[in-house]
Amino acid sequence: MELNRQTAHELLDLLKNKKTTPEAILDSVHKQIQKSDKDVKAYVRLNQNKVDPKTANSRSVPIPIGIKDNMCILDEETTCSSRILKGFKAPYDATVIEKLKKSGAILIGNTNMDEFAMGSSTENSCYGATHNPWKLDCVPGGSSGGSAAAVAASEAIWAIGSDTGGSIRQPASFCGVVGLKPTYGRVSRYGLIAFASSLDQIGPITKDVTDSALLLNVIAGYDERDSTSVNAPVPDYRQALKNNVKGLKIGIPKEYFVQGLHPEVKNAVMAAIEALKNKGATFKKVSLPHTEYGIATYYITATSEASSNLARYDGVQYGIRELPKKTRKSPLLDMYDETRHVGFGAEVKRRIMLGTYSLSSGYYDAYYLKGLKVRTLIKNDFDKLFSEFDALIGPTSPTTAFKIGDKVNDPLSMYLSDIYTVSANLSGIPAISVPCGFSKERLPIGLQIMAKPFAEEMLFRIAYTYEQNTDWHKQSVNL
Amino acid sequence: MISENDVKYAAALARIHLEDDEASRLTKDLEKILDYINKLNTLDVKDVQPTSHVLPLKNVYREDRIRPSLTQKEVLKISVEQQEGSFKVPKVIE
Repeated sequence: MELNRQTAHELLDLLKNKKTTPEAILDSVHKQIQKSDKDVKAYVRLNQNKVDPKTANSRSVPIPIGIKDNMCILDEETTCSSRILKGFKAPYDATVIEKLKKSGAILIGNTNMDEFAMGSSTENSCYGATHNPWKLDCVPGGSSGGSAAAVAASEAIWAIGSDTGGSIRQPASFCGVVGLKPTYGRVSRYGLIAFASSLDQIGPITKDVTDSALLLNVIAGYDERDSTSVNAPVPDYRQALKNNVKGLKIGIPKEYFVQGLHPEVKNAVMAAIEALKNKGATFKKVSLPHTEYGIATYYITATSEASSNLARYDGVQYGIRELPKKTRKSPLLDMYDETRHVGFGAEVKRRIMLGTYSLSSGYYDAYYLKGLKVRTLIKNDFDKLFSEFDALIGPTSPTTAFKIGDKVNDPLSMYLSDIYTVSANLSGIPAISVPCGFSKERLPIGLQIMAKPFAEEMLFRIAYTYEQNTDWHKQSVNL
Repeated sequence: MISENDVKYAAALARIHLEDDEASRLTKDLEKILDYINKLNTLDVKDVQPTSHVLPLKNVYREDRIRPSLTQKEVLKISVEQQEGSFKVPKVIE
């Protein structure tokens, strides 16, 4: 048996019955990385982990995990796949990392991402692109593409990602794994390098729904160091894993099935709905009338917040510092200008510029304020439906994974691959992507389920029922 | 319509040096993106309250108590350049 191909809950059972050891699990993951990561390029750096056999047995979850390169790990380099943070070693652990370490998790390494989580393909990385394990000339999605690819290639048992507009769910969909964006405030973001603070949320990327619940158990909870974390009780999410959707009312937003949705994706999602119908859930066509304004609203809010959050990368304190050869303004201003000129990639510059522009005097009302108002309309659409429905269901992304290089020169078409995911961030609701089939080219397709704030248990229940009655999650790549 | 001068102005605000070819490429990109964003103008939002944040939070205060924090030495380990316990930067005043 190849240990690295098992899920975390299967491995925990094996450990409990003394049929394997944490060392053997870690070894199998390292062997897989050696074998396939030269092609997949999921990792930007590996930690030299040794499992201490004396402490291993007392550890509750000694499972190897991949960490997106935007979470601070004490004394390890963390760069957000950006040149501007090269050499930055965090002086503290993010809360999520602290919780993982406490649970005995083995942090295998940092996974690749779009620079500062800005992108949908993991091509905008100073380390180069990550490749989709199912088809190496395709993107893994993004921005948590390294985390999703690592799990899909069995180069990690599970992984942590972050989701600002779909950055966990879309790569999970493209790589055929399970990705959860929890409710805004469910997981502490202390130590997560900020992109857009009103949207960012950390979540698990796993091989199946059970693992997703297990990992959320480890990372969820209130943290006074994150003022946006919510002090609500954390249930044992494993209890939500029930193979039963009888009587649940699920809405199908008609705006998620319009032009632009690939027929193969549509068919797979409709088949998934049929499968859940057969298990006793009832479905009704509903409307989220402001869906088409989601991307525009998202890009105003996210870039405005980013232009402010990324102001801290100026060469003063950490990361890199660059000075132009000839003085342009003054030594200090030149340092800011040149450090940011050299340190940021094209997409990050594009977004900082868009955000700066929409916040600038004369454009604030027309762009930023308008965006915030439309955000209210989008959120109201969801609030209204969740007073009647237990969940909403649809595709995660309009297409399967696209070819590397296909969209890099067309930012707008890249943005549109997040058309079904951004609304959950704008509204703060939880959403999960689970595998629901394959295209003719054998690229995975993702099903998205959304629920009201703090209804992660509802997502797990529906996703688990679907999973128990299908076998998409059992299909894996052999690299 | 965004002009190359607008882009250069925003770049100055954002403290990013742009080469000329970068500025003209960015102008074209932003023009396309803003054109798409302008679809929001078809909505009447006059009486809609803005949402900057989904949680009903106002100011979040912590109890005022002393707790362990990073030492100066630990923090300065990350510095690009340091001197006498401070971050060092190029000359600010001539």
